[in-house]
Amino acid sequence: MNDEATSDLLLEVEQHAAIRPLGYGFALGRRDFFKLLGSGVVVCLSTGPARTQESGARRHSEEDLPQSIQAWLHIAEDGRVTVYTGKVEVGQNIRTSLTQQVAEELRVSASSIGLIMGDTALTPYDMGTFGSRTTPTMGPQLRNVSAAARETLLDLAAQRWHADRSSLVAADGEISDRNSHRSVAYGELTKGRELVQVIGDDPALEPPSQWRIAGTPMPKVDGRAFVTGKHQYPSDVIRPGMLHGKVLRPSAFRATLKSFDPGGAKQIPGVTVVRDGDFVGVAAPDLGMASKALQAMHAEWAAPPQTSEATLFEDVRKAATEETDNPGGPPRFTAGSIERGFSSADHTLAQSYRVSYIAHVPLEPRAAVAEWQDGKLTVWTGTQRPFAVRDELAQAFRLSSDKVRVLVPDTGSAYGGKHTGDAAVEAARLAKAANRPVKLVWTREEEFTWAYFRPAGVIDVKSGIRRDGSLVAWRFDNYNSGPAGLRSPYAIPHQAIEFHPTDPPLRQGSYRGLAAPANHFAREVHMDELAHIIGMDSLEFRMKNLSDARARAVLATAAQKFDWQREKSSPTRGLGIALGAEKGSYVATCVELEIAGREVKLKRVVEAFECGAVVNLNGLENQIAGAIMMSLGGALFEAIHFGNGRILNPHLVTYRVPRFSDLPKIEVEIVNRKDLAPAGAGETPLMAVAPAISNAIFAATGIRLRSLPMVPDGLPANPPGTHA
Amino acid sequence: MPLLLSVNGANHTIDAPPDSKLLYVLRDSLGLTGTKYGCGEGMCGACTVLLDGKPARSCQAPLSTVVGKKITTIEGLEQNGRLHPVQEAFIGAEAFQCAYCTSGMIMAAVGLLHRNSRPSVEEIIDAMDGNICRCGTYPRIVEAVRQAASKGSAE
Repeated sequence: MNDEATSDLLLEVEQHAAIRPLGYGFALGRRDFFKLLGSGVVVCLSTGPARTQESGARRHSEEDLPQSIQAWLHIAEDGRVTVYTGKVEVGQNIRTSLTQQVAEELRVSASSIGLIMGDTALTPYDMGTFGSRTTPTMGPQLRNVSAAARETLLDLAAQRWHADRSSLVAADGEISDRNSHRSVAYGELTKGRELVQVIGDDPALEPPSQWRIAGTPMPKVDGRAFVTGKHQYPSDVIRPGMLHGKVLRPSAFRATLKSFDPGGAKQIPGVTVVRDGDFVGVAAPDLGMASKALQAMHAEWAAPPQTSEATLFEDVRKAATEETDNPGGPPRFTAGSIERGFSSADHTLAQSYRVSYIAHVPLEPRAAVAEWQDGKLTVWTGTQRPFAVRDELAQAFRLSSDKVRVLVPDTGSAYGGKHTGDAAVEAARLAKAANRPVKLVWTREEEFTWAYFRPAGVIDVKSGIRRDGSLVAWRFDNYNSGPAGLRSPYAIPHQAIEFHPTDPPLRQGSYRGLAAPANHFAREVHMDELAHIIGMDSLEFRMKNLSDARARAVLATAAQKFDWQREKSSPTRGLGIALGAEKGSYVATCVELEIAGREVKLKRVVEAFECGAVVNLNGLENQIAGAIMMSLGGALFEAIHFGNGRILNPHLVTYRVPRFSDLPKIEVEIVNRKDLAPAGAGETPLMAVAPAISNAIFAATGIRLRSLPMVPDGLPANPPGTHA
Repeated sequence: MPLLLSVNGANHTIDAPPDSKLLYVLRDSLGLTGTKYGCGEGMCGACTVLLDGKPARSCQAPLSTVVGKKITTIEGLEQNGRLHPVQEAFIGAEAFQCAYCTSGMIMAAVGLLHRNSRPSVEEIIDAMDGNICRCGTYPRIVEAVRQAASKGSAE
């Protein structure tokens, strides 16, 4: 992992401070593997020393495996390959892209591979599925394990035939001998074996240019289960004797329960009422009865007065005015001398940008099914961090972690919003009281209110440029929105960049890309403003200040596809461009929009994207187009409204998300760099959309919009900072 | 009093209050979890089923209003192991990411093609605008519906 990736990861970790340095709670012995999986060959990837164990060969150590195992793979007697990873599938298509990479190195068909994902009892510890880390880290790890498994099979075949190993070839699930033309299926070789091999993390892998299965646009491995409704999402799990839960939500954030009377709720047959501290909930045979029970209760809540949206942006800046100079403090970056930079500038510009709170709105709300048996707790839930949720449950119920199992069925999306285990804890509390399995699915209103939000924030930018268009000074202060994507991809000699955390009014946390879309918005709109000041073309101005070849390449690609040099804006037609660099991948976006009165209609989006070697072009293209659609919401109209500890628009009627009718013509140009390691792609495609739209609106109308969302009610009637 | 429902060609006797919403009966009483809860407000389309061939929001439909109607859910589209052309087209265009919206999208599309076998892109967008795909797979969904339409007419 390079330094930048490491710091990105640390930023993400800071976003959810609940992650503690757990070490690895891995407790499976090698015997357990074979009891669980049947005989065969198991290859484990460890950061520790490599070793191999045949059954009975080293009895002294046969019960323990290293504590640092990150993935493992089992080849059964019938040749079936099962791969175990703690990552989860939430729509980003890693079940397929990881399968492809295993197939590539192991030289088997993708259909003979199954992935067990996000099951804390069966998969190795994993910090979580976030930060675009699956492709750059889990991908190579699984390729490594698969390559080692292939080599082991070659060894076994060589032993079996007493053959020259160099004449053996692994292909299509078989080892064949070029000299004698005999062949043997993988399953034949693993039959009756109980072989565990532990390998180190130093891969010797097929380079992307040689890939035959990875790198192809393979369709999703389980597409049929989705179109037939057979796939079981967390909210679809059904357990014998299962009840349905509901939680009585407080009157406002930070409220405490002053008095509680279950009223008639306890008299409803089959209903269990739970009051524990400030938690009140019910479990009932069906949802209708659960709702009835909630309605029969009387609860009085005491909530402190809380700030409202009207003063949000003043509040976040005020709360963060103190200088923070400690090395362990919030992220900051300096280069050169910001004072010298400004004194050498011909023009300076100071502007302020704002982003509102927005909600993830995963179409499947938070959901969990909890079941207790003999003091052990099993929970099926949708989360990006199964092991963290396991520990959250263990802590809530004062259990050791090994008494809790969390399973994450492929989930109905997350976008950074499902890092916590709220629904899991609530369902488990109800199940404990009812002594029956309980399903709890948050309502859309609960999802809008009690989940966490993408942080709102203010970003102040002050810059200095020379007459010739070279950027010399860059001061960038982010208040509350977050430190991801804080640094500029442009070459600027004098910089002072800082993130200022505050005590936020709402529960806030990760969102696809964290604060990087907000920081890109401020940066890329500001760049456009600077280009305008000196009368330089936006693309030319960016190129002039850009030395990073990968960034230049995506800008050039997008501009060419869009025909940026020739297309011109008019009062009814705006064109805008913006650049993004984040999580090791690069994006440039050009947009064309139409202005009709106060209405802004996006017509065309051209996005060039580069994330190193492409693992699955089909999934990547889908991911990029989807990210463009999703980012339109935050750019144009999405905003959470709140006051005094309440969310004022917790419904899809009042919180608008992008729909079919918002769909522009989307053209995606992927720059496939087979000479580079694959980087993640779930977040970076969002980065440049909002600023490109702002720049296009300015190009058409002269109205500079510096707050997200930009046009919740169309263009402003009295735009700020334009004509008097 | 028990109510008689016809779901995917089979009759079911349901003992539930007549104001119960169809969605929860499908999911919790009949175990047909292919139909999804997305908002409970009729705003996202994840719960779309067909009532006598017409797309309807099952989260908004009281049981009393669906008695005597032919209810079709996503589980009822496949016939003798053969997928419906719209299901085939969704696989072909890979018109999903997390796919939680997919059942509702497919049912809305089947309903659309039922009344308009060759919809224009504008008609597809208009008919499907009540269905949300938060992953933003809209371009491919439009493409899948177009593919299904052209296949349907070729047959």
